[in-house]
Amino acid sequence: MTEQLHQITVTVNGVARRGEVPARRLLADFLRMDLGLTGTHLGCEHGVCGACTLLLDGVPVRSCLIFAVSADGHAVTTVEGCCEAGGELGPVQQAFQDCHGLQCGFCTPGFITTITAYLEENPKPTEEEAREAIGGNLCRCTGYQNIVKAVLRAADLKRERESADE
Amino acid sequence: MKPPPVVYHGPDTVDEAVRLLAEHGGHAKVLAGGQSLVPMLNMRLTAPARLIDVNRLDELAYVRTDLEGVRVGALARHADVERATHAFEAVPLLRQAVQTVAHPTIRNRGTTVGSLVHADPCAEMPAVLLLLDGEVLLRSDRAGERVVKAADFFVGPMESACEEDELAIEAYFPKPRGRTGTDWRELSRRNGDYAMCGVGTSVRVDDTGAVTCAKAAYIGMGPVPSVVDVTGADFSGADFCAAAEHAADQLDPEDDIHASAEYRRHLARVLTARSLKAAYEAVAP
Repeated sequence: MTEQLHQITVTVNGVARRGEVPARRLLADFLRMDLGLTGTHLGCEHGVCGACTLLLDGVPVRSCLIFAVSADGHAVTTVEGCCEAGGELGPVQQAFQDCHGLQCGFCTPGFITTITAYLEENPKPTEEEAREAIGGNLCRCTGYQNIVKAVLRAADLKRERESADE
Repeated sequence: MKPPPVVYHGPDTVDEAVRLLAEHGGHAKVLAGGQSLVPMLNMRLTAPARLIDVNRLDELAYVRTDLEGVRVGALARHADVERATHAFEAVPLLRQAVQTVAHPTIRNRGTTVGSLVHADPCAEMPAVLLLLDGEVLLRSDRAGERVVKAADFFVGPMESACEEDELAIEAYFPKPRGRTGTDWRELSRRNGDYAMCGVGTSVRVDDTGAVTCAKAAYIGMGPVPSVVDVTGADFSGADFCAAAEHAADQLDPEDDIHASAEYRRHLARVLTARSLKAAYEAVAP
């Protein structure tokens, strides 16, 4: 069977991107295969591991559980969009480097996007809140201690940068 | 894995969605949040010929509260239900339970009405609807609108009363009458996993603190969510163990890879006692 293709436009990290996709193309695969944005990683492909988490209209969602065609007309932020305007590391990215919050890095994009959105909601989390915030993301090598530290460090960095901007 | 080929429809209105279901119902699945359907597609456990994506039906993206209770539209995400302060004030059990549905990221996309129609025996919101004697509003070209009571809605594991050509429009969660306290708690292997046993309770008391109505709803304890009326149980002990024992005796859980039947019944006893106590103390004079 020849699959029907759908014309879609998704705003990815602030840039309108057009594509032509079959209905079953997952949003994660649209980013990776059609747009070449391989920062978004696919782990389990059934919503458990959290590696593919990105922000859809600013809200964290699993991009393995959304079809690209459903995202037509919406805005997506991937890990590539979690940096500063000049391309320097964003506060969450910097915190992961500072705290050694990654080893192999496979799960990292999902953590970065999840934490970026979380700090908008809760700019000064406690350690317990930080653990709760990352409860839906799995890491198989670093373990979580340094990732929890990175959440708290990211909150500090974000506040510092925001107050420096004022 | 990747999902199988499928023909996609993205209707812009409820009327259009219902017409598509009339035409393709037997071969189509409604896609709302997709947090259960898409994993099943990815694992190729299901392969509908068509998907009817209702994510453009903004008219169904509401959580409305009035004097009677809370109405949740088919496109309201779990996170919308969780955040709606007016809904929490009218029906606290909604937030108490929805906070235990998977992880926040899943709740951002998954819909409450979709969870009801999916009718997973381990899902929280079906038990909430059942405990509160709620209803689901369905619409089809064939039958127009009809309302199905919670007691008739959950037919079997992963099977609800929503027919192939029907679209679930809204769920109605009535506000508990009188002086009623509620509580939800569950135990899972890892935070956010499916519960091995989940319990929701509602306890109504009179002005003297005497229990006039007490019920417990269960998930993970059978093929469909169940409710046990424990009003007649002995509430004289401060620990509510007699009532919990009475409730657990009515349940018939099975062994599976996650927990034995005996362990599940143990969890039901312990969680029910704690839950009844919390619900009681929320309203006791």
